[in-house]
Formats: sequence, structure tokens, C-alpha cells
Amino acid sequence: MNKNKEKLLAKRYSSEKRFQFLGKSAIFMALLFLAFFIFKIFSTGYTAFQKTWLIVPVNFDAETMYLDANPSKEDLEDADYFEISLQSMFNLDKNANEKQQNELKKMVSYFFEREIKQELINDPSLLGKTKEIYLTASDDLDQVFKGNYPRDLPEKQRRVTDYQLKIFDQLVEQGKVESKFNLSFFTYPDSREAELAGIASSFMGSIFSILVCLVIAFPVAVLAAIYLEEFAPKNRFTDFIEVNINNLAAVPSIVFGLLGLGILLAVFQLPRSTPLVGGITLSLMTLPTIIIACRASLKAVPPSIREAALAMGASRMQTTMHHTVPLSMPGTLSGTIIGLAQALGETAPLILIGMVAFVNTIPGSPMDPAASLPVQIYIWAESAERGFVEKVSACIMVLLGFLIIMNLFAQIIRHKFEKKWS
Amino acid sequence: MIKISAKNVDVFYGKKQALFNINLDIEENQVTALIGPSGCGKSTFLRCLNRMNDVIDICKVQGEIVINDFNINDKGCDVVRLREKIGMVFQKPNPFPKTLYENISYGPSIHGMAQSKQEMDEIVEISLKKAALWEEVKDRLHEPGTGLSGGQQQRLCIARAISVQPEVILMDEPCSALDPIATAQIEELIDELKKEHTIIIVTHSMAQAARVSQRTGFFHLGELIEHGLTDKIFKNPDNTKTQDYITGRFG
Ligand SMILES: Nc1ncnc2c1ncn2[C@@H]1O[C@H](COP(=O)(O)OP(=O)(O)OP(=O)(O)O)[C@@H](O)[C@H]1O
Ligand SMILES: [Mg+2]
Repeated sequence: MNKNKEKLLAKRYSSEKRFQFLGKSAIFMALLFLAFFIFKIFSTGYTAFQKTWLIVPVNFDAETMYLDANPSKEDLEDADYFEISLQSMFNLDKNANEKQQNELKKMVSYFFEREIKQELINDPSLLGKTKEIYLTASDDLDQVFKGNYPRDLPEKQRRVTDYQLKIFDQLVEQGKVESKFNLSFFTYPDSREAELAGIASSFMGSIFSILVCLVIAFPVAVLAAIYLEEFAPKNRFTDFIEVNINNLAAVPSIVFGLLGLGILLAVFQLPRSTPLVGGITLSLMTLPTIIIACRASLKAVPPSIREAALAMGASRMQTTMHHTVPLSMPGTLSGTIIGLAQALGETAPLILIGMVAFVNTIPGSPMDPAASLPVQIYIWAESAERGFVEKVSACIMVLLGFLIIMNLFAQIIRHKFEKKWS
Repeated sequence: MIKISAKNVDVFYGKKQALFNINLDIEENQVTALIGPSGCGKSTFLRCLNRMNDVIDICKVQGEIVINDFNINDKGCDVVRLREKIGMVFQKPNPFPKTLYENISYGPSIHGMAQSKQEMDEIVEISLKKAALWEEVKDRLHEPGTGLSGGQQQRLCIARAISVQPEVILMDEPCSALDPIATAQIEELIDELKKEHTIIIVTHSMAQAARVSQRTGFFHLGELIEHGLTDKIFKNPDNTKTQDYITGRFG
């Protein structure tokens, strides 16, 4: 009898140990995957925040630019920079033949002419002088300098020729290659050239989209939640609505994208590829999330507070607006932010409404075409050039940072403003 | 003088009847105690008097409740005005999660009782003084009301109820969450308040009913078994059920 009991006890202990072990290993696995993921993103992405520059002497020869000695501002704007830009690249190797000259030109971004022009406009006294100027290196050389480029491939399979590598190595030896913080990643819109591509357009697109989403979804959802929770009679019909709101929250986001495509674009003729349409589509998705969060936090307000207000002679509306709604706001707001964070990470519905189009301008309003951060990730991940690989990771980092900040904000609101009632 | 007169009041929660044909007159400027075993319908009756049962969807009230010659169960009765005249203090202290000042000023402000900040300050001070709380809290009027002790919170709720100068104050077991000292303070307060207000108090403590009330009603299973002067109910009740309850044989 006693022995049996001991056996049973041992069994119970061992099963508890087994369970704890399984739980711990599950957590360990999850952390491992997370760490691996973050390591991978950071290790491929951090180089995108650096940009490689070639330092090239440029001769601002007035004659070649068809300028007189004292040009006006307009003259400088209209001058011909093509020749001096080309010449300064050719000067890197005076003995280059025509084919090699073409390769020399391709060592910098096609923006190089504009970079040179900007230099002179900023400092007109350079006219007639020679100055060393920082030019954005082509994305392939950028990757070579960052050590991401496989030099040992046969030349045919490389986009960088042996000749370009030779000149580049010479420049490196002379200290004429420099790596600096890549500001243009944040200030330039998307581009076909990896060295010039930035997230400004998609970042602004995302901001506009979630602003539109917030402006539409928040008031509608809060009003709906307040009505359903505080005023609507409890009957079959309201039960039915409640079930359907919960169902709506479970609808795959791509369905909302189809809705946006079929109704907003086809019926209402709203401009395609814009954050306006994206935001409206996302708001359909966010609506149930906010309604559910708002109703839950209204429910959490103790009935004794409502009774206190009613017993003081407050009307139902006053009770709701003066007491219940303010007390439910922290929960509602943090639910809203979490809903917006979800919307921020959405890709599928935005692709359907055309926010996947190539946009090389920075949108100034929700009515301008734009991409969004997750769609930008998708676009770049599809691109063949090696230079985009690090951009994908960098863009993911920006998106994750954005999401972490939003979630942190939601946490802070929840903890700081949630009132304790006795 | 009779302040409130309940005539043939029946209350139903859905199909279940909670009060059966209650007839009870409440005297002005007296304390009326409602006693009876748990679940007998004391709270239900009290909540009929300021129509708080409206809040409960399934609750139906039938019969007449006449206050100042006016049947409050009439369709034309304005509950907001009614509840301004009939204040209520609940079993569990339920201050608003706002400052002490805002707790008291809420009623007067929604009913437009103060024309200026100064008048409001006065109302707050007078209400807190009447509730015997002023001395303890006058330096922290702008701190949250939820930071007070249980007894202080209940006095705050009483101050809040009297801030709109109601004619009647309903109290549903106001001392059940309090210690004997806080209870004694509140009982003293009730004695003071009856000069200006009519008070109806639900209590489970026979001693408390005997101490504070002039009249008592005894409820049992949704019926009003007996009512009358407290002295008589406690010393010489007509009904044996009342006798049994008061002497502690059941309930
Ligand atoms: N919201 C409600 N829904 C359904 N039934 C209710 C509700 N409130 C009270 N009742 C029922 O009505 C009856 C009277 O309840 P009431 O709360 O008035 O009793 P009470 O005398 O105040 O009891 P206690 O002394 O325990 O507070 C009880 O049988 C109770 O179950
Ligand atoms: Mg009760």
C-alpha cells in the first residue's frame, strides 16, 4: 500500500519535471529562432547604412561648360556639366580606350553629373579650379568595397569588369575611396539603381496610409463600440452584429484588398496606388480590432462607477461621456495602436490596390502615388541586383523599429494612464 | 408627514417575482430602516425609489410610488430630475476615479447649481463638512478620491450624495464594508442628516437599525411582513416571523 503510494508520488514528480523540460525547451527554441532571425537581418542589413564614395578630381573648366568668367545663378543652373563630368571620370585612366572609358563612367552612379553640378552651385568660386569631389560609387563597387562581392567569379559572370576592379583597387590604395553614413537611404525615393534607392517614398507612404487609416477607423470604431456596449439593447440582432464583428477581425487581409480594388478604385474611381486608398483599405481591417479593444475596455469599467453617476442624476449620455469613455480610453488607445501596427505591416491588400507600382517621387499628400515599407521590402526582395539584398534587410530593420516603437507606446499608455479603482 | 408612499408595488426580474404587493409609507425627516434576510428584496425596493432598476434590462416595476404627490412610475417622470431629488449611497464605496473635489462637484455641475467657481468651492466645503470629512481632507482636495480609506471613501460618497441637496437619501448597507469606528461615525452622521433629509437605510445589523432609525420595515421572501415604529418592531412585534428574525432565530 505504502509502496504503491510512493511509486505514484515519484510518477507525479517525474511527469511535472518532464512538462517543465518541454516548456523550457519550447521557449529556448523560440528564442533561438528569434535570435537567428535578428542576427541574419542585422548582419546583412547594417552595411546598407553605409555608402561608398569615390573621390574624383573635377576640373570646373568654364570654357567646356560654355560659361563666361562671372556667371549668374541661372547660368550655373543651365550650364553643360556633362562634358566635365565625363572628363573627370576619363582622367582616372588617361590611356583608356573607348570601351574602357565607358566602363570608367559606369563606376559611379548616373547621378554623378548632378552631384558635380550641386558642388559648383553651392560654391561658384570653384569655377576654373579643380577640386576633389565625392561621387556615389556604383552599387556593384559599393558591394565590392563592403566585401559582399565575390571577386573570384569568372569575369563573365560578374557585373564588375576586371578593368573596373583594377582602377578601383588603385583608388583604394590612394585613399580615394571612402565609406560614409548613407543619408540618402532615408532621403531618396526608390530607384532602379541600388546605390540611389532610398525609403523616403515608402516611409512617407506608410505614414500617410496609417494616418488615413487612423482618421477613418478610430472615430467609426469608437462610436460603434460605445453604442453597442452602452446603448444598444441586448437582443438577437446585436448578438448577430457582435459575432460578425469578431468574424470580420478574422477575415484574411487580402480580401479587404479585393474590396478596395473592386469598390474604391472601380466604383468610386479614387486614384490608384495612393495612400488614401491604401489607408481606407487598411481601415476596414483595423476597424474590428479597435471595436473589440474599445468594447473590452468599456466592459472593464466597473458597473459601480456607472451606477454612481446615474444615481447622481447624470443622463445615460453624460454617464458614458464623463465617466465610462474616459476610463476606457487607455485600453482603447493601446488597442488602436496595436491595430495600426498590424496595418503598418500589411502587404497583400496594398499590392492589390496598386501600391506596388514603382514610385520614384516622395509623396507630399495622401493623394500622391506611393509605396509602403512592407511593399518596398517585397519590391526590393524581387530585384536581382546584389545591392538590393542589404536594402531589404535595412528596410526590415526600419519597419521593425517602427513597430517596436508603436508597441512600446501602446504599453506605456496602458501602464501609465490606466486608473486603479478600488 | 408622509414623504414617500409605495402602493401595491410588484417587481419582476424576468419571470421571477422579487417583490410582492409592497405598501409602505415613509415619514419625512425620519430614518426608516429596512431589514430582512439576504435576498428578501430590500435592495430591490430601495432601487425602485430612484428608478435605478431601469438600468437592469430584465427588471419590471409595477404599482405606484408617490413622492411629493407625484407617481414616479408614470411615463412622464423625468429620471434625471428624480435622481437629483433622491440621492443614493451604495453598499461598496464607489467614488469616481477623480479628485475629491471633482467627486463632490460633479452633481452640482451637471445640474447647474453653481454659477461660479466660488459657489462651487462653497458647495464642496459644505458637503464635506456635513459628511464630517472636511477636517481630514481639506488639504488634499485635488488628490484622487480612491486614495482614501474605506470609511473616508464612504463618507465621500455621502458628501457627494448630499452635494445636490436631495430631499431623500437612500443608503444600501452603507456600513457593511466598514470597521466599528467608521460605522459609528456614519451612524452619527445619519442622525445629523435626518434634520434636513429623509433617510431610508438598508441594514443587516439589528443593533444599527435600532440605534439609527425611527421606523423599521421587515421584509421576508419579497413581502413586507411588518412595519412601524422601530421601538415597537424591536420590543413587541406583531408577527412571529419578525420576532424570530430579530431575536436571531433565522436569517
Ligand atoms: N439583477 C438581477 N437579476 C435577477 N435577479 C435579481 C437581480 N437582482 C436581484 N435579484 C433577485 O431579486 C431578489 C431580491 O434581491 P435583493 O438584491 O433585492 O435582495 P436583498 O434583500 O438586498 O439581499 P441582500 O441583503 O443580500 O443584499 C433575490 O432573489 C435576487 O436573486
Ligand atoms: Mg442588497
